[in-house]
Amino acid sequence: MQITKQKINIKYLVVFMLLLNCCLVYGLEPPTKVVAKDAPNDAGGNIDIFWQLSVSDPTLEGYHILRRSEPEPEPVAVGFIGRGRNSFTDEGTTDGVKYSYQVIAVQESEEAASEWSNLVSSKPQWFHTGRINVIVFTFIFTFLIVFYINRAKRGANLFVRKIAGLLAVDEAIGRATEMGKPILYVPGLTGISDVATIAAMNILGEVAKKVATCDSQLIVPNTDPIVFTVAQEVVKEAYTQAGRPDAYKSDSVYFVTDSQFAYAAAVDGIMTRERPATNFFMGYFYAEALILAETGASTGAVQIAGTDSVMQLPFFIVACDYTLMGEELYAASAYLSREPLLLGGLIGQDWGKVVIVAVLILTSVIGLLTNLQVLKLF
Amino acid sequence: MKIRLPLILVLVTGIVGALPFIIPHGIAQSFDNEFRNSILRIIAAFSLVLGVGSIVRHHTYKIKWKRENWQYSWILLISLVITSIIGLFGGIEGTGALPTSVRGFSFDIQTIFVYMAIPLGATMFAMLSFFMASAAYRAFRARNFEATLLLIAAFIMMLGSVPLSSYIFPRLPGFAEWILTVPNTAAKRGMGFGIALGSLATSLKIILGIERGWLGGTK
Repeated sequence: MQITKQKINIKYLVVFMLLLNCCLVYGLEPPTKVVAKDAPNDAGGNIDIFWQLSVSDPTLEGYHILRRSEPEPEPVAVGFIGRGRNSFTDEGTTDGVKYSYQVIAVQESEEAASEWSNLVSSKPQWFHTGRINVIVFTFIFTFLIVFYINRAKRGANLFVRKIAGLLAVDEAIGRATEMGKPILYVPGLTGISDVATIAAMNILGEVAKKVATCDSQLIVPNTDPIVFTVAQEVVKEAYTQAGRPDAYKSDSVYFVTDSQFAYAAAVDGIMTRERPATNFFMGYFYAEALILAETGASTGAVQIAGTDSVMQLPFFIVACDYTLMGEELYAASAYLSREPLLLGGLIGQDWGKVVIVAVLILTSVIGLLTNLQVLKLF
Repeated sequence: MKIRLPLILVLVTGIVGALPFIIPHGIAQSFDNEFRNSILRIIAAFSLVLGVGSIVRHHTYKIKWKRENWQYSWILLISLVITSIIGLFGGIEGTGALPTSVRGFSFDIQTIFVYMAIPLGATMFAMLSFFMASAAYRAFRARNFEATLLLIAAFIMMLGSVPLSSYIFPRLPGFAEWILTVPNTAAKRGMGFGIALGSLATSLKIILGIERGWLGGTK
């Protein structure tokens, strides 16, 4: 074994010496086969240049890339790239103008220039071919969701596992009603463009309906003005649907501040002053998650949290009575409303996950099999 | 129409918002940038007016009906008015028409932000360390099997992160690292798949008008 390794090392040494000898005897070798191509999947203005490394590459400093075009025949330097690299993207081209490129190997004071490349022009693309896989999966996923929604429409019995946090919603609202204390709903700290906030709004609608039915009081402090306007409409509509439009108080949903810790201080203040019997923390949270949840726990409130922020989940799990983890937050609306259409979507979503897990297992097995050392014996 | 118009808007903007992901052409990208950066900012600016209106109304009611701690609402409203006047007429760094410096004492909006808003925020953030201690105490009570597992994992992680651990058990830091990079990462990635699919499904349901909870659950 030792002898074989030594033989290989000597072989490499001989090749290296020969290369070095070539460089010393014959001088610097230029890079060859310079090819220019329009960069794919972009908005135009980029050309990719490829070349075969110079034989003298190990001793080089790098490569200068020169460009010339039909309107500007004088070569212009467009970049420099270190040794061992055989491609470069010129990011400053004008679409429609034809360019040619030359790659110059540089070694201290010596230079060796390649032939000029083919003429090429950059142009924008209308379709990103690198994202076909995403499109295919989105279509499969959409098909699964639509399929199960249609099944739900036809009255199929769809099973959804019990989620403890959502089962406790009725109990938590009932407790607040019995105690004559308000219910606090915190819809996260992100804007309405975040899916977690939209999910929080969906859950707010269902919670507000139950609150209206129980004739309890709801407090919704907001950190985003757009979320505030949406939350106000959601609660108002929920009270109307519950047949209690008169019980809706516009003052219960309000904007506080868009400053993260000022908002945390304000909500902490609400918790310690108003002493809500139930706290809901739904949406996306940052560092204030634990500040809110711990303050709520210290007031003795029943706390139900739900977030897709993986970083903040442990804090909620520790400080809250129930926590909806990740996608459970998105499923909550369907679960609470029990609307067949939404439940159908939920089942489709789960089948999407089955497809992903299956692909993962399959590709892992293929990867393992193709890399097994034992297979190399055959 | 009250329901149909928002649904049509969501359908159109949802599709228009998704298309630039597969169309790299400059027209699609610049339209997307314009849409996200300009139009949404204008909407946000209008909604901020609604937000300020909401906070003023909330605290005015509080003062009017003399609710508990109503006196603090005065502080909020006065601060809001003074800060707004300084910000609107004094310029960001005191370069506006309103003088914001008296004998070297500056009270321009930048000074207020740097010397009041930031330290107050930092004070709230600092409280996190105390809350972490109380949360850790709650987490480390081995009430059931999962909590016990959490306790053991946390103990290994804490011990493995200090230099002393390598003197006690030479392999402990490596084991702690393994917990972090293998089981922990596996769980996080699993959740990541769920979150990604959940987001996609929720977006799809909203775009197609199946999920209408954001409209107040209108059928």
